[in-house]
Amino acid sequence: MSALPELTNDEVLRYSRHLILPEVGLEGQRKLKNAKILMVGTGGLGAPLGLYLAAAGVGKIGIVDFDVVDVTNLQRQVIHGTKDVGRPKIDSAAESMQDINPFLEIEKFEVPLSSENALDIIKDYDIVVDGTDNFPTRYLVNDACVLLNKPNCYGSIFRFEGQATVFHYEGGPCYRCLYPEPPPPGLVPSCAEGGVLGILPGIIGVIQATEAVKIILGKGETLSGRLLLYDSLGMKFRELKLRRNPECPVCGDHPTVTELIDYQQFCGIPQAAAAEEAEKGKLPEITPLELKARLDAGDDIFVLDVREPHEYDIASIEGTTLIPLGEVARRVGELDSTAEIVIHCKSGVRSGKAQKILKEMGFSRVTNLAGGILRWADEVDPSIPKY
Amino acid sequence: MAKIMIPTPLRQYAGGSDSVEVDATSAGEALDKLIAAHPDLKKQLFNDEGKLRSFVNVYVSDEDIRYLDREKTPVKPDDTISIVPSIAGGR
Repeated sequence: MSALPELTNDEVLRYSRHLILPEVGLEGQRKLKNAKILMVGTGGLGAPLGLYLAAAGVGKIGIVDFDVVDVTNLQRQVIHGTKDVGRPKIDSAAESMQDINPFLEIEKFEVPLSSENALDIIKDYDIVVDGTDNFPTRYLVNDACVLLNKPNCYGSIFRFEGQATVFHYEGGPCYRCLYPEPPPPGLVPSCAEGGVLGILPGIIGVIQATEAVKIILGKGETLSGRLLLYDSLGMKFRELKLRRNPECPVCGDHPTVTELIDYQQFCGIPQAAAAEEAEKGKLPEITPLELKARLDAGDDIFVLDVREPHEYDIASIEGTTLIPLGEVARRVGELDSTAEIVIHCKSGVRSGKAQKILKEMGFSRVTNLAGGILRWADEVDPSIPKY
Repeated sequence: MAKIMIPTPLRQYAGGSDSVEVDATSAGEALDKLIAAHPDLKKQLFNDEGKLRSFVNVYVSDEDIRYLDREKTPVKPDDTISIVPSIAGGR
């Protein structure tokens, strides 16, 4: 208790609703003031984490982010505002947090967290809150926390569903005990591809913040050893048991991972990029301007849109036929295998997959629209909304 | 009938269903019946060798079958089986 910092009278007043809770009290609030939390990411999860941890009176928060605020972030990243579009997220987040609580000390790390810097950045903090959005960084944060013996308040989201737990706390399991390996790239869509309900990260981020505060206070029961699942559509919370795996390569009884590794490699990112690159030259592409010129010249081209119907409703190119990627193989009879076909999707990835499927089914004149409808909107028809 | 909960990312391969009821006595049998009803799920759940993918966890009630008897884990008629794939979203 004596090592804990004193509260000023201004702080006593500010935190009065905490101080009158016996479970927090003066000692708990001084523990919060003494605490140092590292927040990785200031996006969907980072937004509520940053705002609430700042408000709660955490003494020092480190922020790691190197991204810039984009207008599509504002549907959920409530720490940033419309005025911040184009600014570094780290500055916009720090400003919001400092505005809520001027007593907060903020340390900014405007870099991508990497195997080279992670241990150095994390080592001076007590707790890590993981608000990242990709598998390599998830595994990096996990391994660094295990190696440095720091608890990791974890949350992740997809569409309408979220997961939260606390990893590596008081001998509990780590992320690798839950999922020993990441999915191969491309199999699990990101929020950018799959969409996310804007409110969802609010719920999950606030759960992560709650766990961080409980760990600092040493009160209550944390999610360590429990995986909390949240389904916003069914409005259901469920809980699954999580065990430390004695064979875990990083936190097990005989760890084989004793330093940080190459997480891009571990998650198969360079391998997938190389495979994609090798694939690229094999299948023909056409640019939006080339396609427009050929259509204007009256060439007989069948333009196939392989997006989903709800995307077609947002934006479409005139005169196209819609068959979602998942139905292409089944509905191939609707297409003429001798016709010249140009396939498009949102940005060119799904249409590339459809192109491959059709080629394997014997279609010989199938071309992919490079950059999809987004690039078409940029280069040919600016009246088409981008999404 | 045991109830298999289908998570959001996999619903598109299960005709949009959020749960499927199956008559099974083990976790493996339940998954086989699920795949028989929704063949598109097979590639999502199992690798080319027919083994459950390492980023897809299966729970009978609230227990991870990796810590029980894996695919042989017994299933009672009123059990809930959860399929919980790895998700990484946070932005």
